[in-house]
Amino acid sequence: MHIDYFGSLPLIAIWLGLGAIGITIQAFVRNNTRLVFGYYLGTLLLTAALAVITSGHKGTTFQDMITLGGVANYFDVLFCTAGILTMLAARPYLQREGAELDEFYTLLVSATAGMMLMAHANNLLVLFVGIELMSITFYVMAGFLRTNIRSVEASLKYFLLGAFASGFLVYGMSLVYGATGSLQYDLIRDVVAQNATNFPTLFAIGAVLMAVAMSFKIAAFPFHQWAPDVYEGSPTVVTAFMSTAGKAAAFSAFMALFIMLMPATSTLTPKLQLMLAVVSAITMLVGNITAVVQTNIKRMLAYSSIAHAGYLLMGIVSNTADGYSGIVFYVTSYVFMQLGAFVVVGILERGNDSRLEINDYAGLAKREPMLAFSMAVFMLSLAGIPPFAGFLGKYLLFVSAIETGYTWLTIVAVASSVISAYFYLGLIVKMYFTEPSGEREPATSGLAGITLVVTTAVSIILGLIASPFLSTFRSWW
Amino acid sequence: MGTAALLATLFAPLAGSLALLFIHRDQAKAIKTTALVFSVLTFLGSTLLVPGFDASSSSMQFTVDMPWLTSIDAGLRLGIDGMSLLLVLLTTLIMPIAFLTSWKSVTKSVKEFNVLMLLLQFGMTGVFMATDTFLFYVFWELILIPMYFIIGIWGGKDRIYAAIKFFLYTLVGSLLMLIAIIWLGIEVGKLTHTGFTSNLAVLREHAPMIAPQIQTWLFLAFALSFLIKVPLFPLHTWLPDAHVQAPTAGSVILAGVLLKLGTYGLIRFNLDLFPAASVQFATPISVLAVVGIIYGALVAMVQTDIKKLVAYSSVSHLGFVVLGIFSMTTEGVQGAVIQMVNHGLSTGMLFLCVGALYERRHTREIADYGGITSVMPRFAVLFALALFASVGLPGLNGFVGEFLTLLGAFTSPVLNNPMFAIVSASGVIFAAVYLLWMFQRVMFGTNDNPKNKHLPDLTASEYWQLVPLAVFIIWIGVAPRHFMHFSESSVKAVVERVGTFTGKVSSVLPLQQQQR
Repeated sequence: MHIDYFGSLPLIAIWLGLGAIGITIQAFVRNNTRLVFGYYLGTLLLTAALAVITSGHKGTTFQDMITLGGVANYFDVLFCTAGILTMLAARPYLQREGAELDEFYTLLVSATAGMMLMAHANNLLVLFVGIELMSITFYVMAGFLRTNIRSVEASLKYFLLGAFASGFLVYGMSLVYGATGSLQYDLIRDVVAQNATNFPTLFAIGAVLMAVAMSFKIAAFPFHQWAPDVYEGSPTVVTAFMSTAGKAAAFSAFMALFIMLMPATSTLTPKLQLMLAVVSAITMLVGNITAVVQTNIKRMLAYSSIAHAGYLLMGIVSNTADGYSGIVFYVTSYVFMQLGAFVVVGILERGNDSRLEINDYAGLAKREPMLAFSMAVFMLSLAGIPPFAGFLGKYLLFVSAIETGYTWLTIVAVASSVISAYFYLGLIVKMYFTEPSGEREPATSGLAGITLVVTTAVSIILGLIASPFLSTFRSWW
Repeated sequence: MGTAALLATLFAPLAGSLALLFIHRDQAKAIKTTALVFSVLTFLGSTLLVPGFDASSSSMQFTVDMPWLTSIDAGLRLGIDGMSLLLVLLTTLIMPIAFLTSWKSVTKSVKEFNVLMLLLQFGMTGVFMATDTFLFYVFWELILIPMYFIIGIWGGKDRIYAAIKFFLYTLVGSLLMLIAIIWLGIEVGKLTHTGFTSNLAVLREHAPMIAPQIQTWLFLAFALSFLIKVPLFPLHTWLPDAHVQAPTAGSVILAGVLLKLGTYGLIRFNLDLFPAASVQFATPISVLAVVGIIYGALVAMVQTDIKKLVAYSSVSHLGFVVLGIFSMTTEGVQGAVIQMVNHGLSTGMLFLCVGALYERRHTREIADYGGITSVMPRFAVLFALALFASVGLPGLNGFVGEFLTLLGAFTSPVLNNPMFAIVSASGVIFAAVYLLWMFQRVMFGTNDNPKNKHLPDLTASEYWQLVPLAVFIIWIGVAPRHFMHFSESSVKAVVERVGTFTGKVSSVLPLQQQQR
């Protein structure tokens, strides 16, 4: 068996860094969070660097179960960056909440490893292992503030519903395996493209079940109900990580799965596209309309994150190179702007459940001008206002949807963008147009300041310097 | 040289806003001075566009074409024709005045205010210069954010409501335009077989060849977006709120430049790209324009708030511009272009006058004034000048524009009904009624309110704000050709294009003759 060690370096680095070395260190070095923090930060940096170095090295390895190079490596870098940014924000947050344990960083890196596996999977079972590794880690992280009842509730809720979703996924995989006789993405795609599945009905059911499971992971209608409660209850830094990197990972898998299930020549493709288009349209409407009436900022961001899953689905609906590269760009900008927004929330909140009302943001521009400025940038970018990164992402997805003839879906997306502007602006109104009430001690951001500077800068300039990224993305499909 | 001036005019405000970031927020005076200096330099820079400009050419001049986002064919494509030149000059003229008027009246968050104002100028100039639909959209939306903050932070009592209403109205329109921009790019890409494009020159060449039904939809999406911005009755309801709540500088920019973005877009995109659909929809849009002229005038007549009165007069005046555009005659469109400039000057000046009164008395109710002429005679002269320009008195600029738009509407083969011009002409009379009546109540009569007895006359700063506008008001009124010849060939090209693609003959008289 030939293994492409060079190409697998990023995966090897994170697995060795996590399993063989990281956990061993933690077994012998007690109560030295600083060392563990630094070590894992280094691990993620190294992994990201290796992913960049090996990005041109394309192919498959481990008996074709793992793809290397291209978009998978790009996602490695994105996940590691999100991981690093979250770790920087998490340290001051956890210290303040009195919950900084070494294990948090271990779990975070473990989730990142799971995500990377999802992006690299070329085999349904590998994908499943990746998804479970990420999800189970998230269940634990959601309950990390174990004395806080909301955190525990979030963890349990996420776990119970997530387990169901995994069940759907496995069932769908088994049906697709039965219908096509393979677990390999490329082999399945060949069979589907020739309309040569053994049991077309079972294949269709299997494809739909996979869509159900993935819709759960990306929090798309009608499987989005868990997201607001889980995002609200989880420690804010955890929410920041799972609503961004977690969603990006789910989309990396979603894309790969539906490229496999929807070859242009398959008779089922138009029907699946239509199904996803309906899901996409309802998701963005439900997410944005419900977000309008929220008074809690974490819930508002949670619903907005649901809406963004709807926008992202447009790329899969279009099922073209434009669509998929649009997703990659949008998800990149989304990771930075949403992560930044949650980090601002994390800096301002106290004790995981106070100062989370939108009213608490009144006059923030006077109190904390830098935080308010960053938040305003994130809100405008999330609302898709040029010249921020979120706009270009939306533009690319709209182009891909109209190109494929889904103009109605674009019109729905535009309508829901207008609705979303209402609540994104609402927060800016609170921060900038109203007076602060009462005195507050100044917020201290510590290391989270680095995260904020990076996320704000990326949200502002990514759209302006996107050209090389876009041509790279286009070359992958 | 021209291209350098163009780039300088566009990017100087952006550079200025970045420069302001390095000045400490406590040094309010340094911040204000820097912003003013940048805006004045931008104005001087923009005048350098004039000498090299070839008015006989209808094509884009001083063009810049730099690749930006190559995979979606968006580029930094810039250029101006005669119409853009006039509007760019209007923008660069209005901005220093807006900075002067906010010198004393804006006291909180001075740094943010000036940064946003310069960004606003960057966006506005960009819209008039962009020859790439993607870039155009980016600039178009870029205007929204600073204006939203300017109304929302420095505005009046109901500023939050007004700011949100302004933002959402405009956003609805502009997102529809975004769909249209994408759809248009894709359709033209199919025709040229080179894929998606946002290059306006390419789009212009091929747009009339798109299937008529799609053209209709594209036309409607663009038109809705621009007509909200104009604003055309019945899409105008954001305007009085925004105008009244905005600080004086905001109102001046809104009236002076922002409303022109809509009418500019109508000519640049609707008429030029979709001539057939424009002819198809000329009548309904003109009907709305006429309704807007009359409705705006009648509503203005009953206002008790001076600023609101001026705001509604904008609805009425912009109706003339839209009517002129959709008459699709050379006279009508030329009249519309010069009326855009006129309205910017005269209504901008009216808002400055209202602002000057408000600074002194902190009220905008007509009933609180009376006999102001006796204490502020010099102010009265300039106020009256702005007023008469707005009414359309011959010899001042408003007359030229209104006359030409009405002439265009009267002779238009597309509208083919003199009633449009006849009914709109009554709008001119109404304008005289509501403006003169307001002037009478505010400036004449006996000065019996003790608070009005000792108002100081114009300050030096106010002279600097009002006199430049007055100069241009008289200049355009006396010698309109000095300005109109810039836009003549581009307007003719647009009108001829409508004729070519629809078979409707346009101009009845050569424009040269009327000018004598």
